[in-house]
Amino acid sequence: MIRKTVPNVQEALRGIADGMTLMLGGFGLCGIPENAIAELVRLGVKDLTCISNNAGVDDFGLGLLLKKRQIKKMISSYVGENEEFERQMLQGELDVELTPQGTLAEKCRAAQAGFPAFYTPAGFGTEVAEGKETREFNGKMYVLEAAFKADFSFVKAWKGDAAGNLIFKGTARNFNPCMCGAANITVAEVEELVPAGELDPNAIHIPGIFVQRIFQGEKYEKRIEQRTVRKREQTP
Amino acid sequence: MLDKNGIAKRIAREVKDGYYVNLGIGIPTLVANFVRDDISVEFQSENGVLGMGPFPYEGEEDADLINAGKQTITTLPGASFFDSALSFGMIRGQHVHLTILGAMEVAENGDIANWKIPGKLVKGMGGAMDLVASAENIIVAMMHTNKAGESKLLKRCTLPLTGVRCVKKIVTNLAVLEVTPEGFQLLERAPGVSVEDIKKATEGKLVVNGTIPEMAL
Repeated sequence: MIRKTVPNVQEALRGIADGMTLMLGGFGLCGIPENAIAELVRLGVKDLTCISNNAGVDDFGLGLLLKKRQIKKMISSYVGENEEFERQMLQGELDVELTPQGTLAEKCRAAQAGFPAFYTPAGFGTEVAEGKETREFNGKMYVLEAAFKADFSFVKAWKGDAAGNLIFKGTARNFNPCMCGAANITVAEVEELVPAGELDPNAIHIPGIFVQRIFQGEKYEKRIEQRTVRKREQTP
Repeated sequence: MLDKNGIAKRIAREVKDGYYVNLGIGIPTLVANFVRDDISVEFQSENGVLGMGPFPYEGEEDADLINAGKQTITTLPGASFFDSALSFGMIRGQHVHLTILGAMEVAENGDIANWKIPGKLVKGMGGAMDLVASAENIIVAMMHTNKAGESKLLKRCTLPLTGVRCVKKIVTNLAVLEVTPEGFQLLERAPGVSVEDIKKATEGKLVVNGTIPEMAL
């Protein structure tokens, strides 16, 4: 067994420096690496390029890094719900690259799987395809999109073991598996870290080979962005 | 004339037994409320769930279980979770049978614009570009005109495009239309709406063949 555990978030983020490109898992606030983000804020590293589907909200998730002006560029598919983000974008303080969501996921997966680029139909004929190579296959047009290159990938899983194997829960899975092994160093934080051998190998979503460091997060707030409920039917 | 629920109700009739369906935000979300309960349908949400159910009961919300609109949801028997790359593999690989989404503009050639208004704050396209570029069967749910009363069914889109030549069918508060090589073919009128009303509200080429029936809802 190759051991991937590190004792804490400080060790997990060793080597982080200004100007790096980071991948961060999560969809909205669901499945975000809360502990890694808190440590990035504490360290104060700046001029970061962040690849993440969304940019958090004003006071949580990547919004915390934005508030401290640590992010130079965001690569995302959707960036609503964040006033500070809007302000920085409109003032020209923040560079934003909007990418179709499926393309964003595949640019991560391509980096993970060793593909330099891939063709996708998404964005053909739109401004997303401007300046990119296009090509016809079987009568349909496709756009060539390159794999991401990143220094660190921060992902969050439900359970993990000392070998770095990961299991995700519900829709907190989202971009997290695609980002494992897609950067030079993948740091996984988990709600529950167990000794190797305790997780059923059949149930592993991401094998430890894609993870360099794993630690148990100190606490998870798991904030809900849109709490939608229905009323219980009255029982007679 | 239909309200938003009426549009959703009419679109629900396009959902067939055995369909996997992706619903966009807004009117499309309402479609789930009107699908017949004697057919088997699974709703896909691009953040990684198939077999989406209704909102949870109060107190049963799970932060790890949301839809693409970031709302808390539940799952139904047979549901599954997956990552974002696999989710868009389902969409791009045309395993999802029907995509229903909103639009700001649709052109008579099937072009769609629904993500960006120049000069206004841009929030991003989310999964819309992947969905429209990949889906074989796309239905647009929208009001026929904008708040200023201008037609949203145009000869050419004026806003930045989300996708080209991809919309197949449009259901509005006034009509059901199909995108054909000749233009917007009028299929049905909303209750109490005349062909003349629809002509007036449609800037793009409207094709009217024979008598146009009123929608059955």
